[in-house]
Amino acid sequence: MKTLADLKKIREKAQEDLKLRSGNTRVKIVVGMGTSGIAMGAREVMKTFLEEIATRNLTDVLVTQTGEKGLSSIEPVVDVIEEGKDSITYGNMTPDKVKKVIAEHIVNGRIVSDYVVQTGN
Amino acid sequence: MSLKRIDLLICCGSGCVSAGALKIKERFHEVLAENNITNEVNIIETGCMGPCDYGPVMVIYPEGIFYQKVTPEDVEDIVKEHFLKGRPVTRLMLQDKDKTIQIQKDVPFYHKQIKVALENCGYINPDSLEEYIATGGYEALGRVLLEMTPQEAINIIKESGLRGRGGGGFPTHIKWQMVHDNTQEKVKYIICNGDEGDPGAFMDRSLLEGDPHRILEGMMIAAYCMGASEGFFYIRAEYPLAITRIKQAIEQAKELGLMGQNVFGTDFCFDAEVRTGAGAFVCGEEMALISSIEGQRGNPTPKPPYPAVQGLWGKPTVVNNVETLGNIPTIISRGAEWFASMGTEKSKGTKVFALTGDIRNTGLVEVPMGITLRELIFDVGGGMIGDHKFKAVQLGGPSGGCLTADHLDTPVDYENLKARGAMMGSGGIIVMNEEKCMVNVAKFFMDFCVEESCGKCSPCRIGLKQMLEILERITSGKGKEGDIDELLRLGESVSKLSLCGLGQTAPNPVLSTIRYFRDEYESHIRDQSCNSKVCLDLMHFNIDKERCIGCSLCARKCPTNCISGSREDKYTIHQVDCIKCGNCFDVCPVKAVEKIPGMHPEIVERQKEMAKAAKRNDD
Repeated sequence: MKTLADLKKIREKAQEDLKLRSGNTRVKIVVGMGTSGIAMGAREVMKTFLEEIATRNLTDVLVTQTGEKGLSSIEPVVDVIEEGKDSITYGNMTPDKVKKVIAEHIVNGRIVSDYVVQTGN
Repeated sequence: MSLKRIDLLICCGSGCVSAGALKIKERFHEVLAENNITNEVNIIETGCMGPCDYGPVMVIYPEGIFYQKVTPEDVEDIVKEHFLKGRPVTRLMLQDKDKTIQIQKDVPFYHKQIKVALENCGYINPDSLEEYIATGGYEALGRVLLEMTPQEAINIIKESGLRGRGGGGFPTHIKWQMVHDNTQEKVKYIICNGDEGDPGAFMDRSLLEGDPHRILEGMMIAAYCMGASEGFFYIRAEYPLAITRIKQAIEQAKELGLMGQNVFGTDFCFDAEVRTGAGAFVCGEEMALISSIEGQRGNPTPKPPYPAVQGLWGKPTVVNNVETLGNIPTIISRGAEWFASMGTEKSKGTKVFALTGDIRNTGLVEVPMGITLRELIFDVGGGMIGDHKFKAVQLGGPSGGCLTADHLDTPVDYENLKARGAMMGSGGIIVMNEEKCMVNVAKFFMDFCVEESCGKCSPCRIGLKQMLEILERITSGKGKEGDIDELLRLGESVSKLSLCGLGQTAPNPVLSTIRYFRDEYESHIRDQSCNSKVCLDLMHFNIDKERCIGCSLCARKCPTNCISGSREDKYTIHQVDCIKCGNCFDVCPVKAVEKIPGMHPEIVERQKEMAKAAKRNDD
């Protein structure tokens, strides 16, 4: 430990682990985990999100979950919420679709309109 | 590859641990494994979150959901409903009137609090140096070492107006400056006083346990400012977790090069070690503490010389309280102006209090100086339990005093409390309802001080013992006219003549209760009656025959068989044999047993007869 820059390096790495608590995230992904969502594979969908985020090392993306959203016919349902933008709801999600949403929407900012079922709230 | 999506913060402050927090943690490990999501959840043991009364408590991020009074049986629900399905468990949330409070920052207990020293307590994992660094830890130390001279850093502390948080409120920068200015002496010491001994106080312990690196960083900044290269943590042996955490923090800091030789590539070298105290209250006094570290008996010595001139092993020494040091890193990083913007004219910043007694939200709180007692007790503390009325508040432990309902609008700062006969002390606050007897409270604290007096100087050793004997006489119904004046006289002499802070302040609880509750002392002495029905010799139990249903439960539970009667005649207590254990009062299903102030006429009669008999024998 010689300089403040050394300390800063450790801090930035450590802040990764505190990411969940800090609330400073760019994108929040909310997976609907109601009974019908789980029955349709929402857990697999969420797992894929977590794995993709980890492999791509996306530090500013947060995955959380919510209960039944009332869209049973198009489960699993996922909301992508970005600060200052309309939230995007994707339906009928599968692990493959998740990978595409991550690559297109989360990383490159291009909404995958084929899967969108709703925009705004 | 981290798949963590949930941070589960379980409060492992002592309150929550004794309420079962560790069992809950174990259960979480089991249930998470059963459901195969161990890799998705971080289980973190934090320091005290504050609201001990709701314990065991936990906060779940990213949402910040706050659960209270969790039991091991609830764990399955939390995992299955909240973690797996995203449906937070409403029944474990705090209910405030008819509102359900979901997230931690909406809990009313936190509303008037500003956390400076406690900033990370209950938020980070105290075992992890990385988490402390993530919150900006050790940056203040780096900035001080690389960008400031010791004098510049002392000036920041001076401008911030920080005063010692251990009780006396002595300006921190003056101590530092004195030692800094001594350029002849090369060896200097910094000591962190963690000998917290007031009954009901747990501020220092919570800080040491919940955020050990902050205290260490504060100590190192202080050491740099005054030119010390060695520090001691004096922590009482009753705080094993605090000792472990500080020792671990020292090891971690050394490993990363934040402590030891040439910190941050500068000339500053520092080493610290922990000394455990055996738990004597007097060792919280700085001279006694220094003797104890030296390996001597923990006795105070006359001042001057002050420790800043001649302290540990005769070298210039600064003794700072845990909380004082805990404030330092934040003052450096956020600036003196920011710190001084909180508080009153002479008392700046915030103060940590351990709030206990007959209030709804007992716990650890940090509030800006100058908050009124009313806000502290009724807003932060949530007011009195049940329908009870507020009677008095004891501030500053055995050195402090009691204030009454008339003082509720007093701003809490060093000067205002002192002017009213109490003191800030280290921050223990005990709130009492109308069922508490103030004479008994004074006796309790006096008993504590007599026990803890080191015996070196006679005013404290003999004077306090005399005061205790008078108080014992008063509470057992043998008080005499003139006892109150004698207490006042003794109290004033002990205050003036004692060698150290223990004796000088020990009469305060008695003096302040006489000042504000003289009528209670008088009724104990003249009417031989304890109106709060606490002093057993000055009250009695009675069974109300109107209400008694003759169930005989009281008679069966009485250990001395002094209750007799029948279903028809109802039951009666034979006062002479009654030992006032209170069993009958507790078991009566219809609340027919009452407590009545004053001695029962039969007892008065009997005492008179016995006195006569004794006199006859003498003759």
